[in-house]
Amino acid sequence: MASGSIAEPQAPPSALKPPTGFRHADPLMQGILAALAAGILVLIGFFFVRLVVEARPAFEAYGFFNFVFSDEWVPSKGEFGALPLVFGTLVTSAIALLIGVPVAIATAVYLTELCPARLRSPLTVLVELLAAVPSVVYGLWGIYFLAPKLLPAEKWFADTFSFLPFVDGPVSIPNYFVAGLILAIMVLPIVSAITREVMSTVPKEHKEAALALGATRWEMIRMAILPYARPGIAGASMLGLGRALGETIAVTIVIGNAAVIGDSIFSQGYSLAAVIANEFGEAASDPTHRAALIAAGLLLFVVTLVINGVARTYVNRAETAALRSVPKGMAG
Amino acid sequence: MTDHAKDARAQDAPTDAAALARLPRRPEEPAAPVQSTAHTVRLKALNAFYGDTHAVKGVDLTYAANQVTAMIGPSGCGKSTLVRCINRMHEEVPGARAEGEVLLGETDLYGAGVDLTSVRRTIGMVFQKPNPFPTMSIFDNVAAGLRLSGTKRGDLKERVEWALRGAGLWEEVKDRLGSPGVGLSGGQQQRLCIARTIAVEPDVILMDEPCSALDPIATLRIEELIHELKQRFTIVIVTHNMQQAARVADTTAFMLAGELVEHAPTERIFTNPDDDRTEQYVTGKFG
Repeated sequence: MASGSIAEPQAPPSALKPPTGFRHADPLMQGILAALAAGILVLIGFFFVRLVVEARPAFEAYGFFNFVFSDEWVPSKGEFGALPLVFGTLVTSAIALLIGVPVAIATAVYLTELCPARLRSPLTVLVELLAAVPSVVYGLWGIYFLAPKLLPAEKWFADTFSFLPFVDGPVSIPNYFVAGLILAIMVLPIVSAITREVMSTVPKEHKEAALALGATRWEMIRMAILPYARPGIAGASMLGLGRALGETIAVTIVIGNAAVIGDSIFSQGYSLAAVIANEFGEAASDPTHRAALIAAGLLLFVVTLVINGVARTYVNRAETAALRSVPKGMAG
Repeated sequence: MTDHAKDARAQDAPTDAAALARLPRRPEEPAAPVQSTAHTVRLKALNAFYGDTHAVKGVDLTYAANQVTAMIGPSGCGKSTLVRCINRMHEEVPGARAEGEVLLGETDLYGAGVDLTSVRRTIGMVFQKPNPFPTMSIFDNVAAGLRLSGTKRGDLKERVEWALRGAGLWEEVKDRLGSPGVGLSGGQQQRLCIARTIAVEPDVILMDEPCSALDPIATLRIEELIHELKQRFTIVIVTHNMQQAARVADTTAFMLAGELVEHAPTERIFTNPDDDRTEQYVTGKFG
């Protein structure tokens, strides 16, 4: 190599000199982003305060405790007890998660690990298309098609497993279970999409470690993939739960809209979101009714927050506990 | 080696470094004499493909029992692929396949009716990057393979201790078996992976560049361990580091472009190889 080509005759302008013009870009950017992020919090705060203020007449008229825990919701008599609504919201969402999450996880496992490569993307698109179906269509399908078809099976189940709590009793066509089932289908795409995403980030080394130990495919999934993906699956379930708690139109079509606490999962019921959607029109002229509906909205908001908080704490604790599962006496 | 390195090494080396060979075959049979389960592994006309790419071309090779065989060669020469054919991990890659025979003792591992999982249980593997399961404790990592093979809960404790001693890690971790495996240092993690591998008592251990992510002291520690392990296991080690091959291997095989160029006692490979290409490679003229 010629020595002349190494020497640099002219020193370039110092790289340490800051570029002119954009010197304040970083602080500016930071400021804008911080303001936007804070905006969200302010919005939520404002929203919450507004709900409380608007709902106040209802709480003043019936007392907060009475409003939440009384089970008579009869607007014509001016009675507003939200317990049947809270109950319906919780029961349908629980059924939705109990059915939807396992199916979503199974779908995600199949799509990431077991499915032939050329089927993978068409199937993924199909599952995600479930999210594109409008909820009112789910509701219609649920009440006109699914619910009547399910009736014999529900009756058989109610008879056969009548010893279980909350199963025995008459079966109505619209009921908690059908609503939960429809919700399960509705939460499936989001839960499975996130789960699939998380599972595809499991490093190849972990999968190979399991396989090289002689794990079957299923053992590998249980050993390397599911534990790694568990926080993600929990997060996905939370999102699904949020969707299920707040879902309105599909639920109101298939739940029966009877403001009572049903005897079984096959009874008619009502939910917080459904009652708001059904009664906001007639409530316009009745300030107490209106306040009661807003209070129902506030309750829904709080229930969602509380359930999310509890679930998150529980998930965190389970994570920590899992790491301590060593037989006693092994340490030391 | 510098004095500093020596000190660190002495500190690092636990008292049970040589204990592996003295350990009984199974913890519950303390009086049984040491009996190696190691087997000879013979490759016959082994070919491996990734789709249309012919990565390993008709290799015949014998790995003697209780010996360490090093696989050397430039990047992309097929040595890792070859080793991954031995425990049939190669076929996990989409589109990959292998042809030929891999004989463990008298059994063809690619023969009909051979159970894939028992192949991998019999031929353990240690990977390039230490890969303890991130959600598992040190204990659970070592117990992972044992649980797969249905070891009884009561026996787990002893077997885990046995494996950790065998990997020279027991003294360092015995007080914190419940803490996460990924909390250990890189070298300790790799020894944890070795413990996980030997816990199920394979016949053969494959090591795919086990030290390439480790510092020199941790590397030395693993190399000492390999010397101990070969008393019980047949060992195949892929390495980019020719000094490492010279230090640990009884025989060394040189591969180039998917073909086996030469397999001979390590000393001969590095001093007086038969093939010119081997000589050029080990003297640093290419690769």
